[in-house]
Amino acid sequence: MDLSMVMSTFFLYSLAAMLLVGMGIYGLLTRRHLLRKVMALNVIAGGVFLLLITTAYRNQEHFPDPVPQAMVLTGIVVAISATGFALALVRRIHQRMKDAKTDPFGEKWDRS
Amino acid sequence: MNQMIWVVLLPFLGSVVCLLVHRKLVFALAMAASLGTLAVAAGLVAHVWEHAGARVELGGWAAPLGIALQLDGLAALFLLLTAVVGVLVGIYAGSFFAQTSELRPMGIHFWPLWLLLWGGLNGVYLCSDAFNAYVLLEISTLAAVGLTVLSGSTASLVAGLRYLLAAMFGSLMYLLGVALLYAGTGQLDFVLLSRSLTPQVHVVTAFGLMVFGLLLKSALLPFHFWLPPAHASAPAPVSAILSALVVKASFFLLLKIWFVVFDSLSGEGPGKMPGQLLGFLGSLAVVWGSFQAVRQWRLKSLIAYSTVGQLGYLFFIFPVLSFSHSPPHEALAWGGTVFHLFSHGLAKASLFLAAGCLLRAMGTDDLHAMRDIAGRMPVITFSLGVAGVSLMGLPPSAGFVAKWMLLRAVLASGQWWWAPVIVLGGLLTAAYVFKILAYTFVPSQGDAVRLQPVSLAMTFVPLALAMLCVLIGFRADEVILLLPAVPGCEMSAGGGGGP
Repeated sequence: MDLSMVMSTFFLYSLAAMLLVGMGIYGLLTRRHLLRKVMALNVIAGGVFLLLITTAYRNQEHFPDPVPQAMVLTGIVVAISATGFALALVRRIHQRMKDAKTDPFGEKWDRS
Repeated sequence: MNQMIWVVLLPFLGSVVCLLVHRKLVFALAMAASLGTLAVAAGLVAHVWEHAGARVELGGWAAPLGIALQLDGLAALFLLLTAVVGVLVGIYAGSFFAQTSELRPMGIHFWPLWLLLWGGLNGVYLCSDAFNAYVLLEISTLAAVGLTVLSGSTASLVAGLRYLLAAMFGSLMYLLGVALLYAGTGQLDFVLLSRSLTPQVHVVTAFGLMVFGLLLKSALLPFHFWLPPAHASAPAPVSAILSALVVKASFFLLLKIWFVVFDSLSGEGPGKMPGQLLGFLGSLAVVWGSFQAVRQWRLKSLIAYSTVGQLGYLFFIFPVLSFSHSPPHEALAWGGTVFHLFSHGLAKASLFLAAGCLLRAMGTDDLHAMRDIAGRMPVITFSLGVAGVSLMGLPPSAGFVAKWMLLRAVLASGQWWWAPVIVLGGLLTAAYVFKILAYTFVPSQGDAVRLQPVSLAMTFVPLALAMLCVLIGFRADEVILLLPAVPGCEMSAGGGGGP
């Protein structure tokens, strides 16, 4: 594989990664619904992981660099546990708030 | 130097064991793990004092695949602060969670989470590469949020979720910075990274992202929104831990990133403008956080806002050291910052624990209800007073030593404009400390609430923390002598180049 193709593929993937991170940050800041906030964080995490995997592909041309892959694996484990915990909290808050019909972050629940 | 591993491993082991054993054994085993960790931490401080730092590569695997632990003066001091506060809060918590039948189940969950948090914090202090720092910081965050929601009240759940979302976002921005650095240099180790950085676009972006992520986690002013509700709604021992230790861990990492990794970026470290910006945000935090604290009527909210204000003082080190590479006032700035960390950690833990006693005795932490507390709970009131004196920065407390050194460092660096903020912050602190104390001396008019009895351990632990806070004010020289090994982090990074 020649270098220019590797570079353009790298460019494409990292652009996609930045797009995902940007979308995630936008979602996290604008969405009121707690479930959507948790999802937005996962979109950001997806972007960061994509960038790391792309790095593995770029640094070595013949076979991928194992270090970023190990980092992404660990990162996914962290992201899964944090997401699971956040979902448990959201569910508990939702149960408590169902009667009160208020959003803990200041707005109505149903608005997304 | 293999005992270094135990300072991380003991709390983690204790955490797992506490989950498995019968509930009657939990407290004894957790205290054994805590005391063991304190002993190891003290041993590590003695090692740094007598020799120098040390580095251990776990399992003989070199960086970047292996995990290395690096001990230096700053890390040793953080380990010691965490262990001292940890053991004392542990003694308090043993009594606190045994009080009522509602609190007892919380206690069973408190110990595993707290030991997990402790192991994570110790790991952050010792880890020597950017990615493991992320993982350990996440372990600490998850455990800290778990502790925040321990009471299960709606307010604490909402505060905990807000804390979790903010902290996860901060960690991901930090990780994005790490990814950019790795893409550019192929290095993760702090020292190896610092040698291979050149001022390019991706390096500057990575610097911005990592600093932003860590500022969000250390609750500097515009990013403090998650802190007061989380710290105010948690049970007293948890608030003490969160306020004294957890926010400091991300600040520790920020110091490492700023002064070790990016120090070689140009001749003057990361430059003047970012340093001035952090100093400005720190000043805003000192004034606004303290002002908000003065306005609070709930004791725990007041102490939580006081944390926002006091954290601001930590950020003056960045502008002070950004003007020249190794200025003569460097030792003053480091000494002042570390002393402030110590004095604030001990004093704030003491205040939150004392607030927990008052909450227990009176059933509320409303300042209006604190009539004649000084007469009826003299030890608690005395602890509030002594811890308050240290927060205000009156001699001979550690808080005075810290603010005095910071003030001299600021003036020696020629940046006089930070000095009025330091003084004004002290005055505002005095205002809210006297606001608390004034209400404890109001005589009761016969309508005083009946006080619930408070156990001996719960009464005297806040006093011990407050007294320690004054006593370390007399040990300033030793702390400063431990420090010079820190900023340059001269130790060889050992093994492992890039892949």
